[in-house]
Amino acid sequence: MMSHILAVEVDDPTMVDEEEIEGSPFWDWEFAFEAFPQMFMAFLEVTILVTVVGTLIAAVLGLVIAILIMVLPKPLAWIVRWAANFIRMTPIVVQLIFMFWAFLWLDALTIGIIVFGVHYATYMSEVYRAGIESVPKGQWEATTALSMPAARTWRKVVIPQALRSTIPSLGNYAISMFKDTPFLLVIGVAEMVTVAGQIGAPTFRYTEVYTIAGLLFLAASYPTAVLVNRLEKRLAYAH
Amino acid sequence: MPTPTESHSPAPAEAGTPVIEFTDVEKRFGDNVVLKDLNFSVARGERVTLIGPSGSGKTTILRLVMTLEELTGGYIHIDGEPLTHEQRGGKRVPVSKKQQKKLRTRIGMVFQQFNLFPNMTVLENIIEAPVHVLGQSKQEAVQKAKSLLEQVGLPDKADAHPTSLSGGQQQRVAIARALAMDPEILLLDEVTSALDPEVVGDVLNILREVADTTNVTMLIVTHEMGFARDVSHKVMMFDGGRVVEEGHPETIFTAPEHERTQKFLGAVLGH
Amino acid sequence: MEFFEDWPGYLDVAINWSDRLLEGLWTTIQLTIFGGLLAFVVAVVLGLIAGSPRAWLRVPARIIIELFRGVSLVVLLFWLMFVLPQIWMRADGLPFEGLVYNTFLLGVMALGINYGAYGAEAVRASMTTVPKGQWEATTALSMSWPHKMRRVIFPQAWALMLPSLTNLWVHLLKGSAIAYIMPFVSDFTAELNQLRRPTDIWFSHAFIGLVVYFILALIITLFMQALEARAKNKLGRGPSLLEILSPAPKPVTAGGAR
Repeated sequence: MMSHILAVEVDDPTMVDEEEIEGSPFWDWEFAFEAFPQMFMAFLEVTILVTVVGTLIAAVLGLVIAILIMVLPKPLAWIVRWAANFIRMTPIVVQLIFMFWAFLWLDALTIGIIVFGVHYATYMSEVYRAGIESVPKGQWEATTALSMPAARTWRKVVIPQALRSTIPSLGNYAISMFKDTPFLLVIGVAEMVTVAGQIGAPTFRYTEVYTIAGLLFLAASYPTAVLVNRLEKRLAYAH
Repeated sequence: MPTPTESHSPAPAEAGTPVIEFTDVEKRFGDNVVLKDLNFSVARGERVTLIGPSGSGKTTILRLVMTLEELTGGYIHIDGEPLTHEQRGGKRVPVSKKQQKKLRTRIGMVFQQFNLFPNMTVLENIIEAPVHVLGQSKQEAVQKAKSLLEQVGLPDKADAHPTSLSGGQQQRVAIARALAMDPEILLLDEVTSALDPEVVGDVLNILREVADTTNVTMLIVTHEMGFARDVSHKVMMFDGGRVVEEGHPETIFTAPEHERTQKFLGAVLGH
Repeated sequence: MEFFEDWPGYLDVAINWSDRLLEGLWTTIQLTIFGGLLAFVVAVVLGLIAGSPRAWLRVPARIIIELFRGVSLVVLLFWLMFVLPQIWMRADGLPFEGLVYNTFLLGVMALGINYGAYGAEAVRASMTTVPKGQWEATTALSMSWPHKMRRVIFPQAWALMLPSLTNLWVHLLKGSAIAYIMPFVSDFTAELNQLRRPTDIWFSHAFIGLVVYFILALIITLFMQALEARAKNKLGRGPSLLEILSPAPKPVTAGGAR
């Protein structure tokens, strides 16, 4: 992993030799076919990896945050809630840079996964909170009437009912995280868009690589979004 | 235009072009046929009430006239002009949007759920279409709106918000809004069904007055049989998308011929 | 962590750098406002067209929305920065040549197009939630399409779409931080990043930087919540802004039946 690139250097489009550009075709199929395998590998190895692991972290940590806010004593819950708000309402890009320099001994990819996971966990916590609040009051009253202990109430009654309705949101946030992964380039992780830039830089041919990048994002996110949408509708009917 | 007609006045002569004419009308939602081979006409100034069990297609007829539903077969003519489709060269072709819009301005409708615009005051609700659709001057429209509000018994509610009014008041505003367009045809779609029982009478009295003082053609769907009997020239009994029986209200309500009508009236009138 | 240890030194650096930080902050604010305005225009135009009953209007709008949403913001930014100017490089004498090299403008465009496409979906969806009876009443009053949209449907949809637009605008603010990688765009993040080089107390600044972004996000949220309260009040639901802001809020008079 190229975790020791310090700052991102992006080519300045005005510094190019125009003559050279004019002589070359706008779209070069051969170049596109050459670039694709490398980009696709980066797509699988980094983009997908970050999205999957990040989503898992977000799903679990988000639930922890949501429950903490509900069960902790007021002042502590307040702190957790505003810490979550703080993370949610500040840029991932700055968080990535901040964490990268705060934990230089950690691998940039690991930093990236943690930042994405935690950032989206704060979104998921809101979803879980809404899900938990939608569990009917009668359910809580029933557990009280049965003298069920709190931990068991959460584990066996509340969470199973709350989780169902949160699955589509988790899917939507996964898609959103997926499309945010190119932010990783600010800490030098060789994700797909970074690799695209590296392939394009020597000859200043960016048309093919960035178009391929866009199409890959589209090809992965659109069908997933359609699936999530269907799931959402099915769950809505079931209620 | 305002030739005062008494309730129970004889039905206007069936001479001349009917104002509303249904020819072989068919309406289906997917595979579900709601209306089939429906033929009837309404003369100018005539007030026709459609009765029948729910799901018999009464409301669909009003919605077809208002172009809220797509006609799937047959023709509807308004004053002799095709509303949705016309026959040209032996084929059924849709009419131009322009033609449809022109005809539509002559038709008004009052809905079961009032459908006042919550983002406008009562007065704005009433003058919106006369000013921006018919092109009346604002002054003229406001004047008319105020007299209509007087007529429906809400002269002091011009600047009120629809959400601050009771259901009965909202429906009276909705009637004023429809009348402000000077419609030749007024469609009343179960206008009292969403109201509290104690205000139903007020709303019906306003409509009786409209019937008595104007010559507007009315197509009414209602469960208020007393009102239907007072106001209409003709009653049509629907069942399963077909006309079972039609005739003068006195006849239908006192001596219905068809068994379905007897049964239906027995149920709603509680005999 | 180490950045909590060296407080006295922070102040000096902060003072030395405050001008540039403020300039960067100003750039970020401009990106957020101009990007937000463009996104709003894109959202309303695409959203209205995507909600049209006519397929030949609706389908292209849906495709454009999915395209602009589906490709990542960063990809869109790079595409505008590196690919778009090539069209101008290859053909001499095209108009707006200065504009396609203006990286600030390209940043605004990328933000506006990307978040505008998300917004278009919010606009379209909010219009479908305006009750069917309202649409039918506009038909019964023979209103034309632009007329009913402007006077009846949009004002009601407006209150419904505002919460989504609020979220999107905060997202746009956060997304604007990526603009720092563009040459000639020295936004707040760029200036923060510059600080890293001369100082070892960069963390405190980065933390303060996060706080500043947080405050900007809160300002956006409060502003939009005020708009939402006003929109709801206009529909006869909820108190007016004045009533909310007055120290002793008057009880809201309850609306009548239905």
